[in-house]
Amino acid sequence: MVPRMRIDRRVLAGLAAAALVAGCGSSEGADVPDDAVSGTLTVFAAASLTEVFTALGGRLEDANPALQVQFSFAGSSALATQISQGAPADVFASANEAQMAVVTDADLAEGETQVFTRNVLQIAVPAGNPAGISGLADFAREEPALAVCAAEVPCGAAAEDVFAAAGVTARPDTLEEDVRAALTKVELGEVDAALVYASDVAAAGDAVEGIAFPEAEQAVNDYPVCVLADAPNPAAARAFVDLVLSGEGRRLLTDAGFRAP
Amino acid sequence: MSLHASIAVRRGTLDLELDVEVADGEVLAVLGPNGAGKSTLLRVLAGLLPPDAGSVVVDGATWDGDGTSLPPHSRSLGMVFQDALLFPHLSVADNVAFGLRTRGAGRAPARAVAADWLARVGLEGLGDRRPRELSGGQAQRAALARALVGEPALLLLDEPLSALDARTRLAVRAELRRHLAEFRGSTVLVTHDPVDAMALADRVVVVEDGRVVQAGPPQEIARRPRTDYVARLVGLALLPGTGRGTRVHLDDGGAVAVAEEASGPVFAAIRPESVALYVARPEGSPRNVWRATIAGATPHGATVRCDLTGEVPLVADVTATAFAELGLAVGAEVWATVKASEVAVYSR
Amino acid sequence: MPAPLLVPAAIGVLFLALPLVGLLVRTPWSQLATQLAAPGVGQALRLSLVSATLATLLSLLLGVPLAWVLARSRTRGRTVLRALVTVPLVLPPVVGGVALFLVLGRQGIVGSWLDDAFGITIPFTTTAVVIAETFVAMPFLVISVEGALRAADARFEDVAATLGAGRWTTFRRVTLPLVAPGIAAGAVLCWARALGEFGATITFAGNFPGTTQTMPLAVYLALQRDPDAAIVLSVLLLAVSLATLLLLRDRWLGRGGAA
Repeated sequence: MVPRMRIDRRVLAGLAAAALVAGCGSSEGADVPDDAVSGTLTVFAAASLTEVFTALGGRLEDANPALQVQFSFAGSSALATQISQGAPADVFASANEAQMAVVTDADLAEGETQVFTRNVLQIAVPAGNPAGISGLADFAREEPALAVCAAEVPCGAAAEDVFAAAGVTARPDTLEEDVRAALTKVELGEVDAALVYASDVAAAGDAVEGIAFPEAEQAVNDYPVCVLADAPNPAAARAFVDLVLSGEGRRLLTDAGFRAP
Repeated sequence: MSLHASIAVRRGTLDLELDVEVADGEVLAVLGPNGAGKSTLLRVLAGLLPPDAGSVVVDGATWDGDGTSLPPHSRSLGMVFQDALLFPHLSVADNVAFGLRTRGAGRAPARAVAADWLARVGLEGLGDRRPRELSGGQAQRAALARALVGEPALLLLDEPLSALDARTRLAVRAELRRHLAEFRGSTVLVTHDPVDAMALADRVVVVEDGRVVQAGPPQEIARRPRTDYVARLVGLALLPGTGRGTRVHLDDGGAVAVAEEASGPVFAAIRPESVALYVARPEGSPRNVWRATIAGATPHGATVRCDLTGEVPLVADVTATAFAELGLAVGAEVWATVKASEVAVYSR
Repeated sequence: MPAPLLVPAAIGVLFLALPLVGLLVRTPWSQLATQLAAPGVGQALRLSLVSATLATLLSLLLGVPLAWVLARSRTRGRTVLRALVTVPLVLPPVVGGVALFLVLGRQGIVGSWLDDAFGITIPFTTTAVVIAETFVAMPFLVISVEGALRAADARFEDVAATLGAGRWTTFRRVTLPLVAPGIAAGAVLCWARALGEFGATITFAGNFPGTTQTMPLAVYLALQRDPDAAIVLSVLLLAVSLATLLLLRDRWLGRGGAA
């Protein structure tokens, strides 16, 4: 079952407005195509995109009153599996190239996929950093409770890369099934540090602090997006992808901790 | 050993207010229709239900009242229910030994006493069986042994025979009678069957709607019913005699033909509705025909209860219509007949 | 048998059995040996069996008395109590895991005290796995045993009381044996649920091979990378759990069919 999220305009209008103010100065609607689109648009997107895409969906709905945008946010691999099993989606935004490849290899993407943003790892620590974590080397220590993503999921693969680059033998207490689960444990203060994406640290707000480290450059994650070949609403799908790639979308992504491609 | 109870219970529509006294070795039958509160009385005496008011005193010890209420397991009592309710997961012997084990007896001594009791109720050698392997009568005997094994001060019998078929009931009733005669504590027997009350009890109280409506020795109650219910229920003639084959020779003279062979001292019980009255000697050859005089006639609803004197004292119920059509009246001479199969016989 | 019963029953069987068939059809039998010999599989299976069994024992220890209270006591709070017991049934297990953190985690109400006073931390240990599984699985046992207690003839308890048995003796020597089949059924349900537990475990206990990675966690992670491996692990878990249940059932029936 795909969890669907129907946008609540009242909440998201505020979010989008806040994002726009932060994004400084672009006149409203400048990046939205003139051709109005309508109907229902279904976007499958990596869970890390939840806040930004929800805001973008609200923007698109404001510009196209006859349009309804639905989201399914989940792990990229779960979404890729659902798309290859025939889930009726218009747009797929993946958190890595590997899961996008599952879709493109099956000829389910329309045209080229485009990398619209990137993400790098950061060390997330609870507010105040009670265990005094300072860098990647702390992951080799026994005492702190540490969470790293499991190697099977993208953030875990990235973590292995940075540990290898730094020559650190990590001693995590748990290998998390996805990056949000790792972050939750930081938010609850149950682990002293977790290796997560910068965007996740930004999304977590004040409860979590991010520590950047140089080896993160060894594992930069590309986020590709595409319109799907069997999209029920290709026009709206195109409009959404354009919005994501626009200066507007880029600003929102940057504010959310992502890095420009 | 004695029981003095004066209790009040109010539960929904039930409004029970009873005074009960039972002396040492005495058997009190509580007779009444369903819903009269008989079983509630037993539950209160057993400590399974706290009374709203009143007291229960056994052998001078207060079980209920004065602000105290002894829990059931601290009361010296034995209880037999309508269904034997033998614990299905225990052997028959372990069922009987249960009350000894809970009171601290070791396994081996408890088993020995249980085996002895099983023999006394005629279940020798059945101790290793599971309860489901016993017949209804055997199960009820085992239940009796289980209740008596701890030599309680108070024995409570809740319709102990009513779940048994007619033939088994006769046998178990006789057995029960024997054990009650030996039992030194007080016994309260709840039943809706007047035959049980007559055969087993020294004294009867009749309970209707939560109140005692009549109390006294069984024969007294049978002879002088005070309510329609009692009249219908207990108006049977109880004739002591000695069984010889299919005849019972009555202690006061005369004989009654019965369907099944009997021997030794017995009771022959005849229900009023089993007695037919004729003005002339009836045709054919019913086995029990007696000349009788109507000594009394009391209308009870649609029937008239006739008190008969003569060779055999009887009570007969005649419909009011028949009573009028036959021109019956007190002092009239009649013929009374009873089928042999309608006579209940039990040892005394 | 009447068709209005037979047809839905048949559809029901298909509904339950077909996914199993699908799993078996997709199983890469040729790779079976290699997949099963992969490091960590035996470890995860052993951990699953041990933790599910411990969770079942813990559930019996706490759940049977709880079921008794629910079935027998006349306290006014019983309705509320029963609702509380069923909470883990309706709570998404992941939320259950977070809730366990809030109580038994390092920052939790009880957990922080355990840490300060005894230096005990529960999360990310096998203990946490057992606790998470117990939290999710115990309601199955409680509900099952409560049903058995309600169905049991309470007059047997009255009989025991008149024979000098206090409430504890009555419970131990009469009530417990009477509802033994219900307890066994509840324990089986509880064990099966604990064996398949995923959400609360991965949240509260985390996922680390050897200490907290049970089979369902291994299956989930395998699914991310290699669906074939995940299917093999699923079939293995299924086979072991079915074998265990059938074996136990034979034992119980062989012992005289207390039911």
